[in-house]
Amino acid sequence: MGVGIEVRELKAWYGKHLALKDIDMSIPPNHVTAVIGPSGCGKSTFVRCLNRMHETIPEAYAEGEVKVGNIEVYGDGTDPVDVRRKIGMVFQKPNPFPTMSIYDNVAAGLKLNGLRNRKQLDELVQRSLKLSALWDEVKDVLHKKSGASLSGGQQQRLCIARALAVEPEVLLMDEPASALDPISTSKIEELIFQLKQHYTVVIVTHNMQQAARVAEFTGFFLMGSLIEFDKTEKIFTTPADKRTEDYITGRFG
Amino acid sequence: MPDPNPARKRELSLWRRFVNAGATTFAVGSAVLVLVPLIAIFVYLLLKGIGSLNWAFLTQTPKPPGEPGGGMANAIIGSGVILLIASMIGIPLGIGCGIYLAEYGRNRFGDFVRFTADVLNGVPSIVIGIVAYSIVVLQQRHFSAYSGGLALAIMMVPTVARATEQMLLMVPNTIREAALGLGIPKWRTTLSISLRTASAGVITGCMLAFARVAGETAPLLFTAFGNQFWNLNPNQPTAALPLQIFTYAISPFDEWHNQAWAGALILIVLIVGAVAAVRVVTARGMLKGAS
Amino acid sequence: MNSSDPFASQKPVTSVPSLAQTSAERKKTTGGAALQRIRTRHPRSSRIPDAIFRVLIALTALSVFVIVVLIVYELVDKSRQSLHQFGIGFFYGHDWDPVNGDFGAAPFIYGTVVSSILALLLAVPLSVGVAVYITEMCPVALRAIISFLVELLAAIPSVIYGLWGIFVLAPLLRQYIQPPLGKYLGWTGLFTGPQFGLGMLAAGIILAIMIVPIVASITREVLNAVPQNQREAVLALGATRWEMIRMGVLRNARIGIVGAIILGLGRALGETMAVTMVIGNRPEIAKSLFAPGYTMASVIANEFSEATGDLYLSALVEIGLALFLVTLVVNALARFLVWSITGSTRVNA
Repeated sequence: MGVGIEVRELKAWYGKHLALKDIDMSIPPNHVTAVIGPSGCGKSTFVRCLNRMHETIPEAYAEGEVKVGNIEVYGDGTDPVDVRRKIGMVFQKPNPFPTMSIYDNVAAGLKLNGLRNRKQLDELVQRSLKLSALWDEVKDVLHKKSGASLSGGQQQRLCIARALAVEPEVLLMDEPASALDPISTSKIEELIFQLKQHYTVVIVTHNMQQAARVAEFTGFFLMGSLIEFDKTEKIFTTPADKRTEDYITGRFG
Repeated sequence: MPDPNPARKRELSLWRRFVNAGATTFAVGSAVLVLVPLIAIFVYLLLKGIGSLNWAFLTQTPKPPGEPGGGMANAIIGSGVILLIASMIGIPLGIGCGIYLAEYGRNRFGDFVRFTADVLNGVPSIVIGIVAYSIVVLQQRHFSAYSGGLALAIMMVPTVARATEQMLLMVPNTIREAALGLGIPKWRTTLSISLRTASAGVITGCMLAFARVAGETAPLLFTAFGNQFWNLNPNQPTAALPLQIFTYAISPFDEWHNQAWAGALILIVLIVGAVAAVRVVTARGMLKGAS
Repeated sequence: MNSSDPFASQKPVTSVPSLAQTSAERKKTTGGAALQRIRTRHPRSSRIPDAIFRVLIALTALSVFVIVVLIVYELVDKSRQSLHQFGIGFFYGHDWDPVNGDFGAAPFIYGTVVSSILALLLAVPLSVGVAVYITEMCPVALRAIISFLVELLAAIPSVIYGLWGIFVLAPLLRQYIQPPLGKYLGWTGLFTGPQFGLGMLAAGIILAIMIVPIVASITREVLNAVPQNQREAVLALGATRWEMIRMGVLRNARIGIVGAIILGLGRALGETMAVTMVIGNRPEIAKSLFAPGYTMASVIANEFSEATGDLYLSALVEIGLALFLVTLVVNALARFLVWSITGSTRVNA
């Protein structure tokens, strides 16, 4: 089941540029939390700090306290590799491994972690593909088709299955549907809604309607700071901060 | 869900960390190992070459083995003559070919020419020497700088053509259209506008081709053939620096070995100088006057 | 002027008559009209020079084709005698006997193949290692310097490699490398016999050094062509850096890397001077890597200018023809593989 995320005084830099300023946030378990804001406000940066992907960019650095369940993400002894295994990520542009079959794509994370038992792998692959609502469409061509031969929407669901296969506690999604057509987008949104039963989901989106549709909680970012964080319904109907209200009503961004 | 034994997972983690460290070591080690011969060669060239490099070396012709002194002056001049002939043939042909590929060759025939140029680039230099021998030396019944120059010219063409094509393709089309719109005919546009804009890059390409063939020995073995004496007649066997280095290196005489190192030092300075100059020009930006 | 109709010239904008006027007037003096006037004054003056230029340029392009045809023709023509005399047996004949007019090329084919394979075995791991280091591990500031240094290796002429090989590498092998190899690995049969320093091992090592720059630089291009999101996808699953490189980069680039290796092979096959200077030049097939050998390019280099008799020369040219054909096939294959990954036929080699 999912766990909650506690963020205290998180700061992030790109070289000398301070992109995130002292973020404090409590993300509740087993819910979908949306992160919204105009371009460049730091929402992607924030999410990438949660699983220490931010520091993979040259000269990028983050500091602060992030607790995912019991794990101190930025703790002294914590290995980023461990953190990333426990926190799954789905990216904006679907990125299945083109040289691997559908099966191998989903199993990639499992094999990396040393799971070799064929029966166990089969079970986990099937479970993940069912969770991401792709199983029925690909169950006959698991080994025959490559990951890249699927349509855009299917590829993204494949990436979701791949992330879910390693049983993360949290699933981070960075604008997962922005590269997809409307029908695929609605399928993904349905999926997210189902996923929250098992996982904590944090989704970055520039689409406010999407946030309203799938998320129970929403955080509004502006210029590297968290302006407001509350139940989605409250943010979109009676925002506490004027800046939030301006963004929601489309006065800017 | 089946949960792999947590203890086992930790143990595997240790193995994965070990493999990761090993791979990093290997990659770093490769970089170091690859640079070792480079440094070794340059160091030896300096050490052994400097000793024999003197004014006599640069101005005198070889003395018979056993007699001290003498130099490679004829080889240096001879290389100059051969390279001049090669450039006079190879550069115009290469530039012309590059112009064709860039301005007229965006079609099947152009692709075919491009492929052929690539094929030519991959032909071993000794084979080109055979062909130059066949075409020139056999007909004339004697070795000459002309045949050597022809062999080197053939080797220059693909490099020059490729560089010219690429540089011309980088000239924005708006510049061509501006010229054509002013009523300048296409041929003038190509030469005075496009080519001039790309000139820095084209010159770079020529320098690279020149540097590459300046060090070539194999195609000269039975075309220019070499000469122990002064010769400025391109229709006679001519000495060349790389040839002389080769002859001296495989000889049994220590004095000649030292001179081989000196000759190699001169050769490497010229070539590395050209390559470094190319890098500087490239880093500064290759197009004059284009955005 | 963002409210003006782009088709103003066809439909006069009646609400702004002055605009319509000036645009009509403008047409007479600039752009299209000017070109029109120039054309009417000199209707064909640039057609002929343009056509001549085009023909001249096309001829230079054709010259490349002519050169290649000439190469093939001369090689076939001058080897005709040998082809006729020995037929296919030329390629597995063991004896190279100019005195008795018996020519068999097997020792040279053997020497070429063995020295090239040895070079690949040594060069490929190193080249891929360097390429991975430069693209995935190296601090950005060092990248340009190291790439430049590797390219410098490619600029060194073959004869200088040979010079270094004779006077530095060979003694090194003889004194420090061959004794332990012979002592501990001699049982394999690969490291037996007198230890001269010069020989197949020296040739393989020198060749390896010479082909590293090519294989490394193409591998680098191919690795750079792998999209960043593939790397991120693997990292996000909780992979170590090496696992990310293995699964997200090398795996995607493997076809291109094979192409780079084959291109390196092509270069090794045709390499002449450095090999000639260190391989010992004895036309014999021997199992030991310590033994001297002879390659196809080397025999041509050594014996061509002294070849007595037409048959001798013809046999040498036939070897040249074989060398040409082999490198042709190898290079074409390599470029095809690299093209399929990077999408461009351009290869910096």
